[in-house]
Order: sequence, then C-alpha cells, then structure tokens
Amino acid sequence: MTVTAADRVGIIASVCSLLSSMSVNILDINQTVMEGIFTMTLLVDTSTSSFSFDEIRSALIQRGESEQLNIHIQRADIFNAMHRV
Amino acid sequence: MLNISDIMQTVNMIDHQHLDIRTITLGISLHDCADSDIKKCAEKIYTKICKKAENLVSTGCEIEKEYGIPIINKRISVTPIAQVAAACENNDYSIIGHALDNAAKNCGVNFIGGFSALVHKGFTNADLNLINAIPKTLSETELVCSSVNVATTKAGINMDAVALMGKIIKQTAELTAKNDGIGCAKLVVFANAVEDNPFMAGAFHGEGEPECVINVGVSGPGVVYKALQDVREKSFDIVAETVKRTAFRITRMGQMVANAASERLGIPFGVVDLSLAPTPAQGDSVARILEEMGLETCGAHGTTAALALLNDAVKKGGVMASGHVGGLSGAFIPVSEDEGMIAAVEKGVLNIEKLEAMTCVCSVGLDMIAVPGDTSAEILSAIIADEAAIGVINSKTTAVRIIPAPHKNFGDTVEFGGLLGAAPVMKVNQAKSSDFIRRGGRIPAPIHSLKN
Repeated sequence: MTVTAADRVGIIASVCSLLSSMSVNILDINQTVMEGIFTMTLLVDTSTSSFSFDEIRSALIQRGESEQLNIHIQRADIFNAMHRV
Repeated sequence: MLNISDIMQTVNMIDHQHLDIRTITLGISLHDCADSDIKKCAEKIYTKICKKAENLVSTGCEIEKEYGIPIINKRISVTPIAQVAAACENNDYSIIGHALDNAAKNCGVNFIGGFSALVHKGFTNADLNLINAIPKTLSETELVCSSVNVATTKAGINMDAVALMGKIIKQTAELTAKNDGIGCAKLVVFANAVEDNPFMAGAFHGEGEPECVINVGVSGPGVVYKALQDVREKSFDIVAETVKRTAFRITRMGQMVANAASERLGIPFGVVDLSLAPTPAQGDSVARILEEMGLETCGAHGTTAALALLNDAVKKGGVMASGHVGGLSGAFIPVSEDEGMIAAVEKGVLNIEKLEAMTCVCSVGLDMIAVPGDTSAEILSAIIADEAAIGVINSKTTAVRIIPAPHKNFGDTVEFGGLLGAAPVMKVNQAKSSDFIRRGGRIPAPIHSLKN
C-alpha cells in the first residue's frame, strides 16, 4: 500500500488509525520525503481483518479524498513481478 | 520488503504514464457448434460463448481492483466463423454475426473477434459466404470484428481475395456511411495472420488452439516514452537498453495478470502479446516515442530506423519476462488511435507511403487509416497487395485496416470515438492499378518459404 501527499503533520497517524480500526495488520512500513512529497509504503496483511479487501480499499480511498492523500492498496505481487527477476 | 523507489515507480507508471493491461482475451473454439440449420448453429454459438465467458468480465474487474492495475478491455475471440458455418445450408452468415454480437453484449465484453475466413490459398464456399456477409454483419452489429487472411509466406498471395476485399471494404463503408464508415474499423485484411492474437479487430481463435485459452495483451507506450525522456542525448545503445528494461517490467506485469486470470477462470494460459498499443490519450503514443529519439515529427526521415529499434528492443525485453510470447508482439502504429500519429498527419509530415515503409519493421500494418470516400475498390486492393507482399516476403504479419470514409475528402476528419479515436483523411495516390488487380490468380510463395 502506498500513500503520497504534500508533507504535513499527522498523515501516518491518520492512515494507521484507520487500518487499526479495521484490524489490518501492518507488517512493514517505510517513509520518506521525496522531492518535497510525503511518500510512505506499507506492507499490510488484510487477512486479520473482518472487512473484505474491497471494503478496506474503499475506506482508504474515502479517507484519502477527505484528507488530500493519494492512497493505493494493491497486492504486493505486482511489485515483485516488475522489480524482481 | 521492496525498495520504496521501485514501488513508487510502478505506482507512477499506472497513475501518470498510462501503464495498463490492454486486453484479456478469451479464445473459445466453436467447432462443436456446427449444424446444417443455421439458426441452431447460431443458438449453439450463443449458448457456448455465454457459458464459457460468463465470469470473464467480473474476474477481470476483480484482478483490476486487487492488483491496482487497470485492465482496459475484456474480449472474446472465436474460431473463424467460415469454418464453423461451413455445414450450414443457409448462406446468410450475418445470422451468426448477430448471435456473436448478442453473446458479446450478454457477457459484457467490448469486442468479439472471429467473423473471419482464412483464404490465403483459395476460397471454400463457406469462405465466400462469410466474406459476402461481412458488410451486412458489420453494419448491423456493434461488437463483432471481422478479419480475412489473404496471404501467407507459405502460400503466396491470393490476388482474387485481394481484389474481393477491396470491394468488401467499399461496401462496408457505404453501409455504415452514417457513422463515417465505422464498419471498416472492425475489418482487418491480413497476411500471415496469427492464431493467438488478443488484439482487435484482428483476433480469432486459430486452428491449433485448445478448447479455451486466455491470451493477454500488454501495453505501455507512455512508460517507454517517460523512460526515454530520462536518457535524452544518449547513444542508441542506451536507448535500446532502456526500452528493453522497460518492456521487461511491463511484460512481467502482463504475465502476472495472465497467470491470475488463467487460475481464477480455470482456463489455460496461452500467450502474452508484447505489443506497444497506443491510445488516443495524451502521453500514450508510439509516435511520441519515435520523436523522443530525436525526430522533429513522426514521419521524418529516420522514423523507420527509430521504429525498427523500438520494435526489436520491445521484443528482446519482453521475451524473457514471459513464459510464452505470441500474438503480434511489437509496436502498433494505428493512425486514429495515436495522438502523435494524428498530429504528424495533420502537419503533413506523415503520409501513407511512409507508413507503408514503417510497416516493414513493426508488428502490423496500415492500421486505422482514413482515406477519401471516393477511393476506388481497385486502389484499396492494390494497397492491400503491397502490404501483403511486405508480410509475405519478410515472413511477418501485416494487415490493412483502412476506412474509405464516405463523402469525406483529404483534409477532413472522421470521428469514431472511444479507443478507435479520430482520423484525419489522408491523401491517396490516385494513379490506377485496376488492370493489375483485375488479373487475379495467385502470386506464388517466395523461394525462402521452401525451408523443408
């Protein structure tokens, strides 16, 4: 899952509290500011949640829209396929 | 965990560079639908397609959401209808065309290909029935795509078929005159047609294919364009290497989606088609990639060399990334579907003669080209003959998808909408080829076809 936005206080808190409220477990987290843009990648496990992938995805997108965050959640396989031989 | 910049690179490719899966195409054999009663045959075809493809669109959408990668088209290809309908007593094959159209609508796909005949060596009665039904079928249906293979390197060029297809294209344009001859945008004349092409309008489910198969077409001109922007003024060695690396990544993603689709649908995976397929969207153009290599406008001298490099590097990069590569695999140069090509034509730099030269080194042929409505059937046939010769001699696929836009002249524009785009009407050399086309017969296969 990736989050990009104009850097400000509280982005991690907002995203992580939403994930926590849906019982999505965070396995790994990486955050940096690239060219002035807040950039965060998270490896999450949705199997711990009682919500479906679709519901989690919609909730994240909704949060993104209300707080001007660009959020994507997708299976990690796509990155492994494209960047690992 | 993966490197953060690798992850962001993929996200940016999807968000800003139009990276997508262009099509998941389900190939379905219809051989078992043959019947002497054409209505029964059409019914069997409708039922079989609806059953086999019932989960295609929903599965495609599911993969799209989970992996976060857009899958633009979900499509169906079927056995060339001339082979399925050969047993029918009634020779109005448009009845089957309607069954295909209804089945495609029922399954929610956006095109169905295979209203086709393979006549490179000669016509069967069924082939002739099918070809004669093309204008009516394409004018009465929405989603049916048709193709006719008129030449192969092994068989030579069937010049009777070339002559006939000029007339069929004209008739199709006239019957769809209300929509600028859109019927012709769904009709491809091939040389060396491939059996597992997932792209429309030329997809059909070939003779050697299994009962059902999943073929995937990747895309990504925008991603290649962006990658080349980062190596401006560097040598061609670096340009080729950059295209290869990019094509590798794009194809790996295509292969992953193909595997997921095949597993979820319980249908074997066929091939990944490594084509760079443009869309009319800004930043998704093959012409702009060629210009990025240093050409002022696509069509300038040097364009053929640039396209040759691009086509070859895409294949080299892609081939290692996929278990099975097939289809057309290369760069597409459809005029109406490529914003940069349209601009080059409007500037007067890109013409049909240059496009013909470009087809010698890329994966298809004269594609989505609008010409004046009064262009004669013989000239259209002669254009097809030239393209077929390029394909036959170079042992590659070539195709002609040309639209003689009714009541339109050089300088006008035709609008097809959606992925088919808009095409400026191009100038055609009006010198007559009618005596040449009237000869008929076959142009023999070239000497290098005798490889055994």
